[in-house]
Amino acid sequence: MTEVQASRTPFVQAVLDAEGAEASEGTGIVWLDTARRENLDAFLATGLPEGRSEAWKYTPLRALAQRAFAPADADAARAANVDAAVFALPGVTGPRIVLVDGVFRADLSVLDTLPSGLRVEPLSVALTLAPEPLRFALAARHRRDAADAFLHLNAALARDGVVVNVAEGCTIESPVHVVYVATQNDVAWHARALVEVGQGGHLNVVEHHVAIGDANALGTVVSDFVLRDDAVLELVLIQDASAAATLVRRSHARVGARAAATVHAVELGGALVRHELTAELVGEGARFDSRGVFALKARQHIDTQMDVRHQARDTTSDALWRGVADGRSRGVFRGAIVVAEGADGSDAALSNKNLLLSAQAEIDTKPELEIYADEVKAAHGATIGQLDERSMFYLRSRGIPQVQARSLLTLAFCRAALGSLPNEALREHLGALLVAHLPTGPAEA
Amino acid sequence: MHMLKIHNLHARVEGKEILKGLSLEVNPGEVHAIMGPNGAGKSTLANVLSGREGYEVTEGSVLFNGRDLLALEPEERAAEGVFLAFQYPVEIPGVNNTYFLRAALNAQRKYRGEEELDSMRFLKLVREKLKIMQISDELLHRAVNEGFSGGEKKRNEIFQMAVLEPKLAILDETDSGLDIDALKQVAEGVNALRSPDRSFVVVTHYQRLLDYIEPDFVHVLAGGRIVESGDKSLALKLEEQGYAWLADTHPELAKAELAGDRA
Repeated sequence: MTEVQASRTPFVQAVLDAEGAEASEGTGIVWLDTARRENLDAFLATGLPEGRSEAWKYTPLRALAQRAFAPADADAARAANVDAAVFALPGVTGPRIVLVDGVFRADLSVLDTLPSGLRVEPLSVALTLAPEPLRFALAARHRRDAADAFLHLNAALARDGVVVNVAEGCTIESPVHVVYVATQNDVAWHARALVEVGQGGHLNVVEHHVAIGDANALGTVVSDFVLRDDAVLELVLIQDASAAATLVRRSHARVGARAAATVHAVELGGALVRHELTAELVGEGARFDSRGVFALKARQHIDTQMDVRHQARDTTSDALWRGVADGRSRGVFRGAIVVAEGADGSDAALSNKNLLLSAQAEIDTKPELEIYADEVKAAHGATIGQLDERSMFYLRSRGIPQVQARSLLTLAFCRAALGSLPNEALREHLGALLVAHLPTGPAEA
Repeated sequence: MHMLKIHNLHARVEGKEILKGLSLEVNPGEVHAIMGPNGAGKSTLANVLSGREGYEVTEGSVLFNGRDLLALEPEERAAEGVFLAFQYPVEIPGVNNTYFLRAALNAQRKYRGEEELDSMRFLKLVREKLKIMQISDELLHRAVNEGFSGGEKKRNEIFQMAVLEPKLAILDETDSGLDIDALKQVAEGVNALRSPDRSFVVVTHYQRLLDYIEPDFVHVLAGGRIVESGDKSLALKLEEQGYAWLADTHPELAKAELAGDRA
């Protein structure tokens, strides 16, 4: 059947076993079945990336490779009792699509009164109705490299996901709430999202990861965001997975001429989390802004890999990220900006500042800048520091207890990344989430 | 009972002894000025009293209303009623001035077992106190001290004092860096807060602040101890003669200490 790597880890063996059990069940869509088969082969051939992979250097997967994840139980996912309160967000009322353990849940979703010009549906339904428009994205080939193992895995195994379309010239006021809920233990679930904003269209999306209980599942989500010329996308990513979760995501934005994508990301939960956020600025005057905060504690490991490619003239990107690490956690941030040949007049800025709250915490940050064009403005910087002793004493001298002073200063530090979020109710809520997540105990020596 | 009783205080900074047996007693309602050359230990005294880290007390005691002040955390001292007006107020980007002050007041009230103020009652209090300090509303909406001028920072210190209503206020070189108009405004604020049950320890290098905040007692701090005490005329004498005359009455003080060298 398939070419399998010599040393088969429990992780890979579990994927193979699951595939055997599912046998030859196809979708009847030839190109899709082929793409899934090819991606599975690619995954089985390479396995998970190992230490020598540059892209995974700071996120070792040795422990993950020893775990065997069964496929998520679709019937259990459909039957799981999920209280809507777990994903309720102030300032976010409107269309909602919910996937539980990778399975669409109509009962939790709100899709019956969509504004005109907006289409939101589960991938499984879109594939039944009209698969051909999805072919380009779902049959895309990825390089056969262990670094992209999760892309292959997702392409091979994702059975559902989210399709969002905004028609040309349509402005959708209320944000589309895309919710991924994890409920099961020791399983792997996968979801695929395809979002397209037509020419001159305007869309807000809130991608939201939550969990019921302390589910220790592996989740993979691969999302494509396509912005046609003059389109606007405001994307908010809220990662509030369970403390035991493993979550690997790739979000890719393709930004057309004069179109603008803005991302606000808050990474809070998870045991092992990786987010690859990539953007291609393909049309003249395209813009990509990203703002993000990752706050870690205990033994969390959160890795954000941002990759922005300026491929057309007069394109702009601005990235402002903040990281906070406490306990024995480890944060990784890599921000790479490439200004390709011909992308003259581009403007790229990247700032990543980090705060270490404990001596055992670690943050690795690596800004990278490659410029092959002319008349480019580019600035990048990264810092790692501690809470300012003078500020701490100032607050305490006014009567604010040490724990509260630490929390206040840490939140102030993170606020630089959230302050530009236009949705005030949501902004306040994210601030409160951060406060709740941030350490409350005294500094470890 | 004395409000503040400092007895034979010795303190080190980075292994170097700065305070060498300082004693001082302050009663409710009194204003004490502490003057002295640079490096005499004036700011060290202010920092030791407010509990800043990095100051090691090796000997002596400090009682505040009968309690061992040195055993308390900085926030506990504040809640007990000790307030330090900083020589260099700290800028804290991202923390709103009003939010900060309400958090501080409520933390103190909670410590004392008093009811915390909701935002309505707090704003009412703030409006009353703003009048005293002639501070514009606009400063309240900014981040703590961020982008404030030197005068605005010092006025903000006194404004915080007005809201927190301490029993003992320590002013650490509050006059430094202020022009005469700003100095007058700050002094007016302090004077408005004088009361029979509130005491002040005013640390200053120059006599001119004392033209506006009239002290009950003036002490000269040199070589880590208080070497002279008197009424406000002592300040005038220092203004006229400098600190060098102390060498006549205190031969144990090295010339360098009186000249203000930190060597």
